[in-house]
Amino acid sequence: MRPWMIVLALWLPFSVMADEAKPVAADPVLEQRMIKLSEDLRCLVCQNESLAGSRADLAQDLRQEIREQMSAGKSDKEVIDYLTQRYGDFVLYNPPVKPLTWLLWFGPFALLTGAVGGLYAYIKRRGNRPVDEPLSEEEKKRVAALLGNNGNKS
Amino acid sequence: MKRFLIPLGIFIVLVGFLGIGLKLDPREVPSPLIGKPAPDFKLGVLSDPAKQLSPADLRGKVWLFNVWASWCASCRQEHEVLLDLSKQGGVPIYGMDYKDQPGDAQAVLNRYGNPYVETVVDLDGRVGINYGVYGVPETYLIDKNGIIRYKHTGPVTRESLDKKILPLVKELQQ
Repeated sequence: MRPWMIVLALWLPFSVMADEAKPVAADPVLEQRMIKLSEDLRCLVCQNESLAGSRADLAQDLRQEIREQMSAGKSDKEVIDYLTQRYGDFVLYNPPVKPLTWLLWFGPFALLTGAVGGLYAYIKRRGNRPVDEPLSEEEKKRVAALLGNNGNKS
Repeated sequence: MKRFLIPLGIFIVLVGFLGIGLKLDPREVPSPLIGKPAPDFKLGVLSDPAKQLSPADLRGKVWLFNVWASWCASCRQEHEVLLDLSKQGGVPIYGMDYKDQPGDAQAVLNRYGNPYVETVVDLDGRVGINYGVYGVPETYLIDKNGIIRYKHTGPVTRESLDKKILPLVKELQQ
């Protein structure tokens, strides 16, 4: 191989190197705020993806909507209210505490308390069981008989 | 004996929960808009872009609002059902062409038939967002006072018409 070919081969990848992706909004601070907010929101089309991470059409539209509302001076809370009014609490990855979600929020703690209580009761009951009671004369004789000697050496 | 009953009981409860979980459809997200006024819009009509339609024009009527698009495959599934319903004439169906090329939508209607009294065109999907649309097709039942009474996500089937939508329509038309 000739040296100029090596030089060409080494140079080639640089000539096709891609540009850095540019942020969509002109304002990077606003873009950051939008991404931070939409990380806590669910994309309704691909439900296990956040609104920030989804490439679904609706997610892009909603990100655009959030962007516009933010640049119009709306607070994060107002934007979230806007979305929950349309899509319900389901869009929130961090659902609010209210009677409907009590089971969700407190259920695990209730289960844990129940399990610890159960374990405690179980251990306590087992602790009361007489374990170290010595064998009675009758039992000693049976042991000796089963072991096959005359019972004097126990 | 009792020792085996406890894990068996826990197992049965668990199976019960899992069974219910299997029956639930995760795509079926309850709409917060039920019982609320249908979000307002003023959109051009597919057949005549100069003409505009708004929910206020339909006050006093019980109507179905069906969100569809030419690119939506499962919309073809419900098309037949909607055509039958429009022939029966029990309830007017208004369509909304969601994020679509009006030409493509018109072609679908020309080819498969048109169940809609009118179809409004939501080019950028803004009105769709206001209605909480997240998967086309979606169908809303709106009463005489412009209140959303029911939402059906996914293709309308004959079963869902007979069991849920039509009885509710009858009740609301009284």
